[in-house]
Amino acid sequence: MISRRDFLQVSMAAAALTGASGFGNWARLAAQQSLTQDQLLDFDTFGNVSLIHVTDIHAQLKPIYFREPSVNLGVGPNKGEVPHVTGADFRKLYGIADGSPSHYALSSGDFASLAKGYGRVGGMDRVATVVKAIRAARPDALLLDGGDTWHGSYTCYHSQGQDMVNVMNALQPDAMTFHWEFTLGSERVNELVESLPFAALGQNIFDAEWDEPSELFPPYQFFERGGVKIAVIGQAFPYMPIANPRWMFPEYSFGIRDENMQAMVDEVRAQGAELVVCLSHNGFDVDKKMAGIVSGIDVILSGHTHDALPEPVLVGETIIVASGSNGKFVSRVDLDVRDGRMMGFRHKLIPIFSDVIEPDAEMAAVIEEQRAPHADKLAEVIGQTDSLLYRRGNFNGTWDDLICDALLSEREADIAMSPGVRWGPSLIPGDDITREDIWNVTSMSYGEAYRTEMTGEFIKVILEDVADNIFNPDPYYQQGGDMVRIGGMGYHIDVSRPQGDRISKMTLLKTGEAIDPSRTYQVAGWASVNEGTEGPQIWDVVESHIRKMGTVTVNPSNNVEVTGV
Amino acid sequence: MQLTRRETMALGLGAAIITVLPFRANAATEDLIAEFTGGADMAETGITLTAPEIAENGNTVPIEVDAAGASAIMVLAAGNPTPPVATFNFGPLAAEQRAATRVRLAGTQDVIAIAKMEDGSFARASKTVKVTIGGCGG
Repeated sequence: MISRRDFLQVSMAAAALTGASGFGNWARLAAQQSLTQDQLLDFDTFGNVSLIHVTDIHAQLKPIYFREPSVNLGVGPNKGEVPHVTGADFRKLYGIADGSPSHYALSSGDFASLAKGYGRVGGMDRVATVVKAIRAARPDALLLDGGDTWHGSYTCYHSQGQDMVNVMNALQPDAMTFHWEFTLGSERVNELVESLPFAALGQNIFDAEWDEPSELFPPYQFFERGGVKIAVIGQAFPYMPIANPRWMFPEYSFGIRDENMQAMVDEVRAQGAELVVCLSHNGFDVDKKMAGIVSGIDVILSGHTHDALPEPVLVGETIIVASGSNGKFVSRVDLDVRDGRMMGFRHKLIPIFSDVIEPDAEMAAVIEEQRAPHADKLAEVIGQTDSLLYRRGNFNGTWDDLICDALLSEREADIAMSPGVRWGPSLIPGDDITREDIWNVTSMSYGEAYRTEMTGEFIKVILEDVADNIFNPDPYYQQGGDMVRIGGMGYHIDVSRPQGDRISKMTLLKTGEAIDPSRTYQVAGWASVNEGTEGPQIWDVVESHIRKMGTVTVNPSNNVEVTGV
Repeated sequence: MQLTRRETMALGLGAAIITVLPFRANAATEDLIAEFTGGADMAETGITLTAPEIAENGNTVPIEVDAAGASAIMVLAAGNPTPPVATFNFGPLAAEQRAATRVRLAGTQDVIAIAKMEDGSFARASKTVKVTIGGCGG
C-alpha cells in the first residue's frame, strides 16, 4: 500500500518534472514578448480544495520593484537548505534560466537591467485579478492572509491601517494572522480586528496577565469547502514583544507554543477536520522545525521571512509553502483530500508581473480612494538615484546604507544603526525618489531617530545579541530579521561561532581605528523598541538628506566581512 | 551548545563577553541538585518543563512544570545570583502534580526542573531561555 508520504512525494516529483509551476519555461516566451496573463495563471485545477495564500504585503498597494537577497545564510541544520540558497545557486537548484522572468522574480543578480526589461511587480489590483481568476476556476477557494498587511506605507501610517483593511476587505479573505499589525498599538488593533468580516486567528496570541488564550483571536476556524471539513489554525509572529515594542501591546503575549499548536491540531482532528492548514507568521526555518515536532498539519502557509519558493518543502507529511512579500506573489495550492486525508497537491507560485497581469478595475478604484487624499504628498519628488536601492540581504543593502548616511550626516554621529527588517521595495538607477518611496522603506509607528552615547563594549553586545537572533543554530531562537545595519563602522562576523564570539575587528571607518570597548561613541539610529524614544522621524531625516544630495549614489559597501559560512 | 572548560576560559579573557554568554548549570546548581537527589541518577523523561524559548520580559518569565507521580519538583534558574526558584511538594491527595509560576531571569540561562517521584526515582528537564535586548523584526 502506498503511504501518504509517498503520495506527497509523487506530487513533489510531478511538480518538478512537468513544471506544473511553469518555472523555467518562460524564458523563450519572454524573449518573444509573449508572456501573457493566461500563461502566468495557467493551472490545471486539481483535487477538491484550493488555497490562495498572500502574506507580508507590507501595505504595498501599487506595483513596485523588489530585489530578492543575494546573501541569506542558513546555519545549523538549515545550512545550504532553501530558502538559504540565492542568486545563481537558486536558479541552478530550480532549473531557472538566466535572464528569464523567473530569474528576475525569484533571485538576485542583474536586477537593475532585468527590472528595466520586465518592469514592476505586485499591485493589489493585479493581485485581485489573480484571486478572481482562481475563484472563477474554484469558486469556494480559501483566501488566507499571513499578516504584515497593515504596515509599511505612507497611507497605511496616516490611516492607521484603515487603507489596507479596506483593500483586503474588498479582496474578501477568509482568515488572517498577524505581526506588524500590533505596532499600531493594541487599542487600534482591537478596533480593526473587531471590524473584520473574516477570522483573525492566532493560537499563540495570549493574554499577558493570565497567560490564557486571547478571546479576540480564536486559535482556529472551520471551513466546509469542496465537501471537505477544513480547519485553519493561525500562528502569529512568536516574538512580537521582543522584536517590536512591547509597550505598544502590553496586554498580549505570544511565543511559538508548539505544545498548544499540537493540542489545537488534535482538537480540530477530534472534531472531524479532514484537512489542517496552519496560516503561519513563524518564518520559514521555524515552520520547518515546528512541522517536525507537531504532527497532523497538512499544509503550512509560511510567512514572515519573505521567502518565495517555486515548490513547497516537504517535512514529514507536511508541505510548507512560502509566498514572498510586498504583493509580489500569490500562491495557489490545490489539494486532493479523500477519506479525511490529504493525498496529493498541485502548487504554483504566481509572480505578479504588473505589466502582464491586467489590473482589476474594482480594486483599482478602491486603491485610488485610499490614496487620493494623500496624492500630492506621495508623488512629491525628493531626489533621484544613480544606484540600485534595495534592502534585502543578511548584512546590508544600499537603501540602509543611504539611511545610515542620512543619520550620520543629519544627526552628526560617529556610528549609525538601522534595523534589519526585510520589508521595503527597491528603486532602480535613474528612478526618482518620491516621498512615497522613502516611506515605503521607513514607515512605522516608532520611527523616531534617536541619538545617544554608547561605549564600544555596548555596541559589541548589541551586535552579538542581534547576530544570535539570526545565526543561532536552533531556529526556535531566531527572530527572522536580518543583521542590524551599521554606518560609520566596519566589523568581522563569524556566523558559525556562538553568541559572544561572532563579532570582531570592529573599526571606526572615519579614523580607521579599532573600536575601543571603554570609549564612548555618538550613535544615531531609529526603530528603538524602548518607550519614550525621542528624535525626529526617520523619514524626515532621510528626506532632508536626499534633498541636500539631489542625486544619490550608493555603491554596495564591503564594511562587513563574513566568515564561517 | 556545550562549552568546554578550555573554551570557557579562553572566552573569559574578554571581559565584555561575559555579559552575553548564557549561564549553564554551574557548581552551585549542581550542588543543589545533588542535595535534592542525594546523587541519584535522573531520567530524562517523566517531567515536562514549559518555558518560552525567548523571554518576552526577563523580569517575569512564565514557566510550568508537570510530572505525573511526583512528590516534589524543584525548579532552579541556573544563571541567577540565587538559583533556587521554588520546590513544589505534592501530597497524596493532589489531583495532579503540576505547578506554574513566573520567574525573574538575570540573563540567558538554563531553567532546570527536577522531579522526585513517589517511588524514589528522579527525573530532570531543562530548557534554555534567552533574554535578549530585542529589536529588528522582519
